[in-house]
Formats: sequence, structure tokens, C-alpha cells
Amino acid sequence: MDRLIQAMVVVIGVPLATVGYVVVSERLLSLLSDHVQLHIRPWVWLAPTLAFLAVFLVYPSINTVYLSFLDATSTSWLGLANYRALFLDPTVLNALRNNLIWLLVFTSATVAIGLLVAVLADRVPYEGVAKTAIFLPMAVSFVAAGVIWKLVYDYRPPPLPQTGSLNAFLTAVLPGFEPQAWFVNNAPFNNLALIAAAVWVWTGFCTVILSAGLKSVPAELIEAARVDGATEWQVFRMIIVPMLGSTIAVVTTTMIIFALKAFDIVYVTTNGNFDTEVLANRMYKEMFNVHDFGRASALAVLLLLAIVPVMILNVRRFRQQEEMR
Amino acid sequence: MGDGEPESAVPVARARTGVGVHLAILAISLLWMAPTVGLLVSSFRPPALISRTGWWTAFQPPFVFTLENYQHVLTANNMAESFVNSLFVSIPATVIPIFIAALAAYAFAWMEFPGRAPLFTIVVGLLVVPLQMTLIPVLHLFTSFGLTGTFAAIWLAHTGYGLPFAIYLLRNFFGALPRAMFEAAATDGASPLDIFFRLVLPTSAPALASLATFQFLWVWNDLLVALVYLGGSPEVAPMTVTVSNLVNSLGQNWQLLTAAAFTSMVVPLALFFSLQQYFVRGILAGSVKG
Repeated sequence: MDRLIQAMVVVIGVPLATVGYVVVSERLLSLLSDHVQLHIRPWVWLAPTLAFLAVFLVYPSINTVYLSFLDATSTSWLGLANYRALFLDPTVLNALRNNLIWLLVFTSATVAIGLLVAVLADRVPYEGVAKTAIFLPMAVSFVAAGVIWKLVYDYRPPPLPQTGSLNAFLTAVLPGFEPQAWFVNNAPFNNLALIAAAVWVWTGFCTVILSAGLKSVPAELIEAARVDGATEWQVFRMIIVPMLGSTIAVVTTTMIIFALKAFDIVYVTTNGNFDTEVLANRMYKEMFNVHDFGRASALAVLLLLAIVPVMILNVRRFRQQEEMR
Repeated sequence: MGDGEPESAVPVARARTGVGVHLAILAISLLWMAPTVGLLVSSFRPPALISRTGWWTAFQPPFVFTLENYQHVLTANNMAESFVNSLFVSIPATVIPIFIAALAAYAFAWMEFPGRAPLFTIVVGLLVVPLQMTLIPVLHLFTSFGLTGTFAAIWLAHTGYGLPFAIYLLRNFFGALPRAMFEAAATDGASPLDIFFRLVLPTSAPALASLATFQFLWVWNDLLVALVYLGGSPEVAPMTVTVSNLVNSLGQNWQLLTAAAFTSMVVPLALFFSLQQYFVRGILAGSVKG
């Protein structure tokens, strides 16, 4: 009950406080000359945001870089020792390799399947239904997706009957197929089992964006090519893909960021065991299991370094858009 | 799917849609639906059957279904309390950042000030900063203020983390409003407050709805932030944390695990089906272009 009141106070109180904040500060501003108002007003409206960004994103990021040079309890200076230790730690090296697998496989699979579905769905009258089916997993948490896919991959040692969809399907279709514990065996290929679950979740995201891009490809262009006798494959290769170029780039960068930050699905299903570790999960373990804040911070910095090129790309693209406004 | 795109004009030379295309789309759609259907069906099956037969056999006689799994997870596995906790976490963590971001987005879109472009560029850069970069210092901060393990901590954290996207989305929407509208209002003597509350916010209702849907689903489905700042205590654990603990403790009790997972999916699915167009618009606005 306490909590209910607390939540109600926040839900109603925070908007009221925010409104109160601008109303009161505008009242104060109106006492000043017009010229001064124009100078101060933007900062008044920005102040809450700047405070939050400073406290929750900017300061912590800078602090994490600093912590990565300190020891486990953040008391003495170690220089680059944490980084050196990371690159000698087999689980971290394993995580680096797996993140690379994620980067390549996850990114190409989501973008390729997303594009395929967008192009195919564009040609059927029930496009909306088909896209909804692909898009639906986006609404579901990775924790739930983890349970869903654990069930798909469920394995029982024969001769018990297979109750997981994948093993049951494969034993039924392929004579002599040995049921597999997909998350456990055949490293590094068990990473693909995890990646498949993430692909299932994120493909809809790619489909939605690529599909919107597809609608803006001029129909006359495609039509003209067809009249000239181009095959569907040629239309796809020579017109659709080039015209969608910038949209594909946007989707790809988003997927790359996700592949690098992958955490939930690994945490829930294998927790990095069986050689499926990833950087974000390793960082969580260093933080809460090992309690080594220095190494945890160094891992976070590695993650950031991997993402920096994408960040630069995003900012550059944003600047170009601004110039066209 | 009602994503607000106009239907493309009737194309003259439409591609012939062969049987192959229909089959491919059908196959992909079924493949995408099957895992969710498997979860849903399993959650209604009795334990005796679930351990011996696959979920697809539920469609053959004898048709045995039960609600006991849900009863069990809601009472014995703490899912009912977690459900309420998820609401407590998500609703304020959706409302707060939207209000704060709206103020900033208005300033970025319609006020002139030195440093506007570089500041906004920083916001765009912050969009992709991995949360991992912030966890340890923010946790220290919360601990020194005695906030670790409280809802207030997670509201504040989600506000900070959600702001860059919220500002980015709203600023692009506000910026696209016609300049003439603002000039007319200013000529009539409207104050910035009038313009913001009477003009900008009402005309931006669709963008605000997109953002709200997006942020709510993000927070509801979040695991990492909840794990780190709420700690492990079950009294405050949202459903993502509780379900991920159950994955370890319940092992292959699939009937319970699936019921718990589906309980955590009910609200997002309901939102998804009722507000799909806003969700899609949010995704498009956030990533395709300004």
C-alpha cells in the first residue's frame, strides 16, 4: 500500500513538479528584460535534462574510465594492469571471440532476413499480418524470449521422448538424427543457438524499417525495369538494394550496437557457460560475483571502444541530415 | 500493419506474385509464431503430460488443459507481486523522462542559444553509450544516498538512460512543426509557456504516444538495470528479474516456467496489439531519419 501511494505521488507529482518548475521560472524570467530572457530561457528549459545526463551518463562514463585503471576496490592505481589481465584471461578472450561471432552472424542474419521479409511481404495482400507475426517478438523481453527458446532447444537424453520443438522436429525428419543439447555441445556453434533467439527477436525491427524504406522506392523505376525485361532478382540487386542503401546502413549499425551489447539472452540461458560468454555478461560477473570493479570497468571501456566507431558514424550521419533540413 | 504509410499507388507492372512467394511468407510467419505458441500452449498443460510429450501433442485427444500452473506461479513463485513491481517500476519511469525530455526538446527545436548544435550532437552520441559504462559509478552514487534497492533509484536511472532517445525523437518531431504556427502565436502575444502547453504538446500527441509506448516497453522488458540497482530482493523485483531467477530454480518444470514467462508477456503483448502503430512510428522516427 505504501508503495502504491509512493508510485501515485510520483506519477502525478513529477509532471506537476515539472510544470511547476517551468511556470515558476517563466514567471521569474518575465521580471527581466526581453533581451536577458532570450539568453536565459533555453538553459532553464534544458536544466533538468542536463542534470540527468550529467549525473547518469556523462560523469559515470568518465568515472568508469578512471576506475578501470584502479584495483578491485578502487583504492590504488594499477595503470594498464587490468587491461593486461583481461587479455590474458581465457574467459575474456572467449567473450571477445563470441562477440565477434555475434557481430558477424547476428548482424547479417537480422538484416538479410529483415530485408527478405520486407521485400516478399510487399507483394502479398496480407502484408500487415505477416509483418506483425515477425514483429511481435520485439514486444517481448529477452528474459521471456530466453524461456521461449530454452523450450525450443530442450533436450532429453534418449530414449526419453524429445519434448523440445527442434530436437523433436529433426528426429522426425532426419532418420538417424542424434538429439542435441544445443546450448551445451559443439562450441563455438552453440553460440549460434543463442544468436538464433536474438535474431528471432530483432528481425522484426529490421523488417519494419526496411519495409518503410521500400515504400519510398519510386514504383515507376521498378516498373520501367520490369518492362525492360529485368528479372526479379535483377530488380532486387540493381534497384531495390542500392535505393535502400542508407536505410540498410542505419539498420546495420543498430544491429551492430546490439550485437556488441548482448547481455540478457546470454545471462538467462547459459550465463556464459559452455564457451558462450560475451563481454557484457563477463562485466556483470566481474562486478557482482568477483567484485573486481577495476576489471569490470575495463571491460565496460572495451565495450565502449568497440562502439565508438558506430557512434562517430551516427553523429556524422546526423550532421548530414541537419545540413539538408 | 497500420504504420501510417500511405498504400502505394496501384502499380501498373506489379510483380507477379507466384505461389513460391506466398509459401515463403507463410513458412517464415509460421516459423516466427511457433516458439511463442509453444510457450503459450505449454503454460496450460499439466506437469504429468509436459514432461513426457511435446506441446504440439496438446492438439490431439485427450485435450487436457489446466490453469493450475498460473495459480502456482502467481502465488508460490512471487509472480503476482513481481507483476505489481513491474508496474511500479515502469509507469513512473515512462512518465518522468517524457516530461523532462519535452522541455529540452522544445528548447533544442525552437530556441536560439550558443552551443545548441554541439550540445545536441552530444545527445546523439549518448544514444549509443553502453549502460555498462555507467553501472558502477551510479551504483556507488545510489549507495551513498541510500537509494540502492528502492524504486526511486530505478526511476531515476531509467530517466537518465531514456532521455537521449526521448529528446532525439521529440526534438525531430517538434522541429518539423510549421514555423508559421509559432510566428502567428507570437504575434498574438502568446508566451513561450502558452505555445508549449497549448500548441506544441497537443499537436505532438502522436509523437508523445510513440515515445510512451517505446519507453514503457523498454523499461518493462529491462533486466540489467533492475538487476544492478534493485539488488536481488524479491519484494522489489520486477518480473524480468523473477523469471530469470526461476529459470535457474525451476529447471525443467516447463509448465511453471512457461506460465511465469507468459505472465510477464501479457502487458507488452496487449500494448503491442493495441498501440502497434505508435510503436512502429517510434522505431521509424528514432532510426530512419530526423
